[in-house]
Amino acid sequence: MTAAAAFFYLFASVAIASGFMVIASRNPVASVLFLILAFVNAAGLFVLMGAEFLAMILVVVYVGAVAVLFLFVVMMLDVDFAELRQGFQQYLPVGALIGAIFLIELVLVVGSWTIDPGLVQAPLGNAAMGESFTNTAALGRVLYTEYAYFFQIAGLVLLVAMIGAIVLTLRDRPGVKRQNIAVQNARTQGMAVETRKVPSRQGVEV
Amino acid sequence: MTFWEVLGTVLLIALKSFVLLAALLVFIAYALLADRKIWAAVQLRRGPNVVGPWGLLQSFADLLKFVLKEPVIPAGANKAIFLLAPLVFATLALASWAVIPLADGWAIADINVGITYIFAISSLGVYGVIMGGWASNSKYAFLGALRSAAQMISYEVSLGFVIICVLLCAGSLNLSRIVLAQDTALGLFGWYWLWLFPMFVVFFISALAETNRPPFDLPEAESELVAGYMVEYSSTPYLLFMLGEYVAIMTMCALGTVLVLGGWLSPIPFAPFTWVPGVIWFAIKASFLFFMIAMVKAMVPRYRYDQLMRLGWKVFLPLSLISVVVVAFVLKLTGLAPGA
Repeated sequence: MTAAAAFFYLFASVAIASGFMVIASRNPVASVLFLILAFVNAAGLFVLMGAEFLAMILVVVYVGAVAVLFLFVVMMLDVDFAELRQGFQQYLPVGALIGAIFLIELVLVVGSWTIDPGLVQAPLGNAAMGESFTNTAALGRVLYTEYAYFFQIAGLVLLVAMIGAIVLTLRDRPGVKRQNIAVQNARTQGMAVETRKVPSRQGVEV
Repeated sequence: MTFWEVLGTVLLIALKSFVLLAALLVFIAYALLADRKIWAAVQLRRGPNVVGPWGLLQSFADLLKFVLKEPVIPAGANKAIFLLAPLVFATLALASWAVIPLADGWAIADINVGITYIFAISSLGVYGVIMGGWASNSKYAFLGALRSAAQMISYEVSLGFVIICVLLCAGSLNLSRIVLAQDTALGLFGWYWLWLFPMFVVFFISALAETNRPPFDLPEAESELVAGYMVEYSSTPYLLFMLGEYVAIMTMCALGTVLVLGGWLSPIPFAPFTWVPGVIWFAIKASFLFFMIAMVKAMVPRYRYDQLMRLGWKVFLPLSLISVVVVAFVLKLTGLAPGA
């Protein structure tokens, strides 16, 4: 058994085990931590396939950003799992049915896949670029050169989604104290301090 | 490959890693002492000067003290995650050193995506903090962890854009190639710190925020949160957090050296200076960056939290985003882009 195969079985088995623990563990925070472990192992599998850029981006985006938000939400919300599991018996048949349909569909779709032998020969097409053509450069070429318009459209869709989320949550709350740094920096002594002569026994209006 | 060849490769990598680890830890022991000495000198104090001549053995005495003390685990803590957090933090901090080229060809793993690897590993460091803060089951620790997570994620964005600017100029994600791309006849003035000077400033400040260093040490602001996410930690677990923090700072210094200060290259590109081994130039440059970080700690008061967030999202993010566009246009229009 080669070293690569040994690592494949290590990453794959840990990924599956932690995937199982995500749904099996009782503590929601532990679930999220197992999810992170599954992501990291998936990144390891990418490395074994020679897709090192995808592996790193998976870690940066999913583990470094998305899963942190998950963890935040789970830690801040008081999720009562006992309550969530109440209807488990009742919903089991429907859930099992949906799961079975998905499984069959996946098997049918993936089972009939054949990969174009040309692609197997030269990953992402350009064999002419030679040995120094890393998969980072290959991905960049596909995304930013060959499918630049689709990439732009995808970016616009995400932008619309982001603006939508901001519009939905933005409220104009009166009475909130805000700080304007420019105004603070522009303050002079004359604006902040006033010297007044206090007449004896009369005082001053404040 | 036969079994023995595989075993030989594995042993060689293990030996290299061990040597690097030992050298790094000794370097950090003295960096820690230097940090305290610089801080003391700015405040007209002597700093640690009792253990060993000029206090040179202070860090080792501290190490012994931490290791020999009793680790206390709070009764309400989630024990497994509580102990896992400092381990994760320190291990991840050390893991980034696998790809850093200390001299020409002196990297344990000279991988194609070195810079993305470091970026990925440093983005994982936040988990040690969140796990530690949450598992402590204490409000100060939890608040510290939340602050730290928000801060690290915010500054990672601008750090990423700074890295992209450097990548556009160098044309590679490999750290050694980034250094070699700065190898010009101009020497010191051919490195990217001059050509990308605003980005160097953004990188330096973001590195401070990313590693929770003063003036951005809000996660452990002692005047409001006692010691933030570390408040419940004692003895070796605490030591691991501190170690991880200093390793992360040294990683940022090394990253700055590679990205903008020309890595192992000599600042003056002719004879007597180019004979000096690259690793010495590397150490000098990294120490210089560390000195600047220590001086910032001594001189600048702590930021307020909302100012920190404003600086990250409203100043650095637009600035670095615009820089990426400007750098890309300049490289494209002048035909200086690598591989163009």
